[in-house]
Amino acid sequence: MSYFNADNLETAHEIISRYPRKKSALIPLLHLAQEQEGWVTDDAMRQIAELTDTTPAEVKGTGSFYEMFKFHPVGTYMINVCTNLACQLLGGEELLAHAEETLGIKAGGTTADGMFTIEDVECIAACTEAPCLQVNYRYKLRLTTDDLDQLIDDIRNGRATDIPEHGTLGLVRQHVPADAGAGIVAPEQATERPVWLARNDAVAEGGEG
Amino acid sequence: MPTYDYVPHAPGYVDNDGPKIVTSRFVHEDSHTLERYEATNGYEGLHRALDRTPADVHEEVRDAVVLGRGGAGFPAGVKWGFMPPGKFPYYLVVNGDESEPGTYKDRLLMERDPHQLIEGCLITCYALGLSQCFLYVRGEMPAAQENLAQALNEAYAKGYVGKNIMGTEFSVDITLTWGAGAYIVGEETALIESLEGNRGMPRLKPPFFPAAIGLYGQPTIVNNVETLSNLPWLLVNGSEQYKAHGSEASPGSRMVTVSGHVNRPGVFEIEQGVTTFRDLFYGDNFCRGIRNDNELKMFVPGGGSAPWFFPEQLDLPLEGRTVGAEGSMLGSGAIMVMDETTDAVKAALRLVRFYARESCGKCTPCREGTTWEERILQRILDGEGRPSDIDKLLDIADNISPGPYPVAADPSQGLAAVPFPPKQTTICPLGPSSVAPITSTIRRFRHEYEAKITKRDSIPVMAAPMSSDPVEVG
Amino acid sequence: MTAVENEKSTVTVTLNGVEIEANPGELLIDAAERHGTYIPRFCYHSRMKPVGMCRMCLVEVDSGRGPALQPSCMIPVGEGMTVDTESEATKKAQDGVLEFLLINHPLDCPVCDKGGECPLQDQTVAFGPGESRFVEEKRHYEKPIPISDTVYLDRERCILCDRCTRFADDVAGDTLIHFMDRGNSTQVNTFPDEPFASYFSGNTVQICPVGALTAKPYRFKARPWDLEETISTAWIDSVGSRVTVQSSRNQVLRLLGVDADSVNWGWLSDKERFGFEALNSEDRLTAPMVRVDGRLESTGWAPALAAATDALRDVDPARIGVIGGARLTNESQYAWTKLAKGVLGTDNVDAQLGDGLPVEAVLGLPRATINQACTPGGTVILVGPDPKEDLGALFLRLRHAVVNDGTTLIELTPTRTGLSTIAGHSLHPKPGEVDLLAAALVDAVSGDARDAAGVPADAIAAAAAAISGPVTVVLGRASIAESAAITVDAAIALSQLEGVGFLSALRRGNVHGALDMGMAPGLLPGRVPLSTGCDAFDQVPTETGMDTIAMLEAAAAGDLDVLVLLGSDPLSDAPDADLAERGLAGAGTVIAVEMLPNASTLTHADLVLAAAAPTEVEGTFTNLEGRMSVAEQKVTPSGTSRADWMIAAELALRLGADLGVESPESIRAEIAAVSPVHAELTEAALADGRVEGVLISGSSIQAPTASGSSTPANDAYSLRLVAARRMYDNGTMLQASASSAGLAASVKVTLNPADFEKLGLDAGTVVKVISGRGELMAPLAADFGVPTGSAMIPANAPGSNANTLIDASASVTDVRVERA
Repeated sequence: MSYFNADNLETAHEIISRYPRKKSALIPLLHLAQEQEGWVTDDAMRQIAELTDTTPAEVKGTGSFYEMFKFHPVGTYMINVCTNLACQLLGGEELLAHAEETLGIKAGGTTADGMFTIEDVECIAACTEAPCLQVNYRYKLRLTTDDLDQLIDDIRNGRATDIPEHGTLGLVRQHVPADAGAGIVAPEQATERPVWLARNDAVAEGGEG
Repeated sequence: MPTYDYVPHAPGYVDNDGPKIVTSRFVHEDSHTLERYEATNGYEGLHRALDRTPADVHEEVRDAVVLGRGGAGFPAGVKWGFMPPGKFPYYLVVNGDESEPGTYKDRLLMERDPHQLIEGCLITCYALGLSQCFLYVRGEMPAAQENLAQALNEAYAKGYVGKNIMGTEFSVDITLTWGAGAYIVGEETALIESLEGNRGMPRLKPPFFPAAIGLYGQPTIVNNVETLSNLPWLLVNGSEQYKAHGSEASPGSRMVTVSGHVNRPGVFEIEQGVTTFRDLFYGDNFCRGIRNDNELKMFVPGGGSAPWFFPEQLDLPLEGRTVGAEGSMLGSGAIMVMDETTDAVKAALRLVRFYARESCGKCTPCREGTTWEERILQRILDGEGRPSDIDKLLDIADNISPGPYPVAADPSQGLAAVPFPPKQTTICPLGPSSVAPITSTIRRFRHEYEAKITKRDSIPVMAAPMSSDPVEVG
Repeated sequence: MTAVENEKSTVTVTLNGVEIEANPGELLIDAAERHGTYIPRFCYHSRMKPVGMCRMCLVEVDSGRGPALQPSCMIPVGEGMTVDTESEATKKAQDGVLEFLLINHPLDCPVCDKGGECPLQDQTVAFGPGESRFVEEKRHYEKPIPISDTVYLDRERCILCDRCTRFADDVAGDTLIHFMDRGNSTQVNTFPDEPFASYFSGNTVQICPVGALTAKPYRFKARPWDLEETISTAWIDSVGSRVTVQSSRNQVLRLLGVDADSVNWGWLSDKERFGFEALNSEDRLTAPMVRVDGRLESTGWAPALAAATDALRDVDPARIGVIGGARLTNESQYAWTKLAKGVLGTDNVDAQLGDGLPVEAVLGLPRATINQACTPGGTVILVGPDPKEDLGALFLRLRHAVVNDGTTLIELTPTRTGLSTIAGHSLHPKPGEVDLLAAALVDAVSGDARDAAGVPADAIAAAAAAISGPVTVVLGRASIAESAAITVDAAIALSQLEGVGFLSALRRGNVHGALDMGMAPGLLPGRVPLSTGCDAFDQVPTETGMDTIAMLEAAAAGDLDVLVLLGSDPLSDAPDADLAERGLAGAGTVIAVEMLPNASTLTHADLVLAAAAPTEVEGTFTNLEGRMSVAEQKVTPSGTSRADWMIAAELALRLGADLGVESPESIRAEIAAVSPVHAELTEAALADGRVEGVLISGSSIQAPTASGSSTPANDAYSLRLVAARRMYDNGTMLQASASSAGLAASVKVTLNPADFEKLGLDAGTVVKVISGRGELMAPLAADFGVPTGSAMIPANAPGSNANTLIDASASVTDVRVERA
């Protein structure tokens, strides 16, 4: 039962290799799964369980704690409208209502064509630029309802080229060249004092002498 | 005179004549690149650290009194000293899971100056003998993840990170990792749980703090992005220069985010412990007054968890201890300003709802209590409130956070401040934080609640029926 | 005076104004309870790691910096600590938590199975508010959903205490249920289409502090106040788990685990817990039966006993055999030994079915207890079956020791086991060569490492280096396809390790009691050889008799006139099905003493005497440590069935002898009088050991001697057979338990995937497996935990039984696997 495509499987193994415990890769792997299909399928969780020596129940137990992971299909473009206090004070709720009306869906819903999902979200960390939203976690700041209409129109007409499809986060991944890494440190493998701390001894001795 | 203002490539950041300890490169469009970083004293702090002994570097940081910028304000140099000697390996976990309502200075630091953070991590690992660093970025911040990944890839290629850093025997890997949407993971023990691949539910502390038992059960330093971003400058300029900024109790600068009903909301680097709220809200260098010249009604002085302040507190400096004694906290520097047009009940509900949605569900009082609070407040706003609701809210709050809850003084009613922090029946402060908006607004604006209450207690509303589902006999 | 002597061994805590002495490191909640102050709790369970999440046990604690509310389940006692469990602040906090728990808890106590024994209900009735301040709608979920074949989950009732999920993850290692979602939406659930199929699922039902988890066998069967209960011993396997048996209207309805510190810690396998269903099954024999014209028909006791007596009278003792007895109580076993050896004069008595170990290996080596095996920092060497499959509660104890207490586990098993993921070293010898591996391990301890049994020298050396602290060998038959002599030789090798103890892993209920009561050739009650004699017996056989395999061979050759099956089923359980069939067919008269008809009874018994079940008789059992514990009668025997000891006494009387037994108590008195190891056994001692039991130690049996046999090499075209037991199989008791019968997986032939290519076969292919003895058909399955060159086929699985392939006279069985 394989879910990841060949490239992503290789990426998955690389991600796992950066942690002393495989289970630590669980959240990054769920992101990778979501990147591949736009949401997290049961098959994806089964394979992640295999890759991290956990059970599918553990994978879902962890994954479902975090709201970015979707366990059912969502729109290609996820519009997250912030309504937390800073945005509320400057029209966040009105912006959300406008989005709902324009797209004909309620927060949490997805348009019939599978293009958009709207969510009513907590603070997205752009509070001075209220009201604001994220489309697939890309910021759109100080939006008027007209701006929102324009944004939706741009997306519908393929003009929002700066926004990747739902599931894709950072476009650059960390990559540690084999010869450049210091090596991951597992608790059971590294019980010795790091070598550079010996510099403290030299001074202590020097001081005594 | 130069006209300092917004910087287009760092939306929200206001470049003014304040200190530039952590935001010095923000004015450059390419501030996130290694090229710019190296051209502006980049990795010089690490270079100087490597010329000194690890213990000496630790002493420098201790001496500078670098207060934690994540919320609790505990001095980093002291926190570093809590690790049990000899119980190797030690880990560094960088808390970049910035989610406090009203705050986003860490996001800017990660997006705009990732190398500065990386250098701060390396200085910390060197000073304390930490064997691996995990840089945990909030999931909803792909630009920060991207810029940090790029910066790490560049830094590895140039030998700043990884094996034999700058040709010395100092070697450490930095693993970039990221979350997936859970405010509570900003709490350090929940962050560690998340990093171990678990649900981000806080661990009980005491008895064990992460410095003693942290990631994978090993001693772990958890520091905030802004805290670590201070270190390169500190190592280049020294603790005396550092302490020349800010106040004696709170040296250095700090980043604050001012949002809401001000004319120029923004993220500012300010003198810590010196600048007052009035300076911030009305100063020409800062927010330039309340919109439409409206009256200030109230403000949140330090994130959603902070009890609210009112015009009487405007002249307090942004100094942790002072603000604590006056009944609130500075937290992560999130300041939300509300003018006279603001509905106090509605504003309180919005923050309570935030805590109800973000409760991890571990402790009963928080899991059940925050949702209950939210539902009562919503009912009041919906015109279904009853007179007993106000005292019920206060009693529910008391069951989450027993005893007098921190509040600001109210001279009009002759009430003194109750100092921070609150007590709690929960493991972490999330549940008790939901109490702040409730007690702050009920004490000050009880009449606004009363005006919304329309139903008598004797009228039953929304009776809670038992499930009508048939019980399956199996 | 040393520093250690200077240290105080206890911690003084002021609890509600009174100074108490607590143990260092003890949790406050436990220390308070030991001193008579019960702090309410829902999430805390003394056998699991505390999580401090329900917050019910908050109390005011002052450790020197002023009183603060602390969860007493997370706080270890500290010197000088002041604790107030009755203060205003404590009471307000606890009342608050209780109210929070109740706001979303349904008010369906009248239809809830937990009603009447529910901690949440009790707490509410005692301290709860009169009426609810919560006027909003409660949280709703779909009402009980089955999360396994046995367990139902009602998420509306759940208070999210993490007990079931902690048990599944930490205790059983079956992380199949988990918290899902977050905050107010948090719920316990399984992954879609992956049920909570754990051998230990019933424990979650027992520890659930509300009625969220219910088990099918008990749902809506009774109210707690209608139940009567007695403490007893589980009879399904040889762990001897302590249980309470609960009944209503003369029917057993539920078994609950009892927390015996030395045995099962309150845990039970589902087979132990739900096995009582078989006793209530419609198939129970309620009267004797006799075969008429090829069919078994009910008859009365008088004609049945007369027929049995006629068959036994005046027969040459050498031509009588008794197979079985592990089902019986110690008292019944003694009576049957006395009948067979003392009255009939035959030593052809064997409680094991050729699938166990010789007496010398069980009683002739230094023994260890479960607690000794689980010593923190000690070492367990497993030479035997997978404890997870055979001895569930022992598995949980071993798992806890390895995971939490730093016990090192070294497996010398033919395949991967349920403990392999946590084992320090899993060495899988070629089937039939565990003796060579054991010898190599012992030599490696003294620095001489070599390859052995297909295991490389460095792996053996690493395992040898890991041995530390007291060493316990868990000893049993990992596979019935290899001869017992191989296991015995391994045990002899390992007995050279310094201070080693052996914990027997023979599986059947009271098989260790049977050995203690002399139910093996050459043995008499009290762990003594025939030569010691027995004062209470009129006679004692002089020659060592036949074991089960020899009896079956003699019967097949027409040399056995009477064969008594004492609760045994050789056709299903003896390693060699072909031999069993020939033996049963060739025996003169076959008399079965049974609770439930089994394959052997149905096809070959001429006479069936209906026996009472463990819950229907008074007596004692002896577990794999040699620990004796009571099994009290809870209900009356089914129909006219009788206690086994009564049947023996009745037969003896009709044969003109008086066994002199009047009651289980009188038999125990006789055992104490004749058995050197039971000399200290008194009714008072048994009463004192109501929970922990009474450990019977000592033995006059000599250590085993090496067989000197060697295992032949197999040819390149064949695979060596491993035939191991599974928790759920085609056993009579299990198949008569309504809720467990369907759990036995049908037979599969499991190979290492590396062997697939060699054979040109794939997983799922139906294959024919052929041995020199017989053949069977089954689909192939893949498992890297099966070493290459081996074929693993479960014993007594539904569909086909691996014992059709085995030749009991050979030391190993090789098979060929072909596309069917």
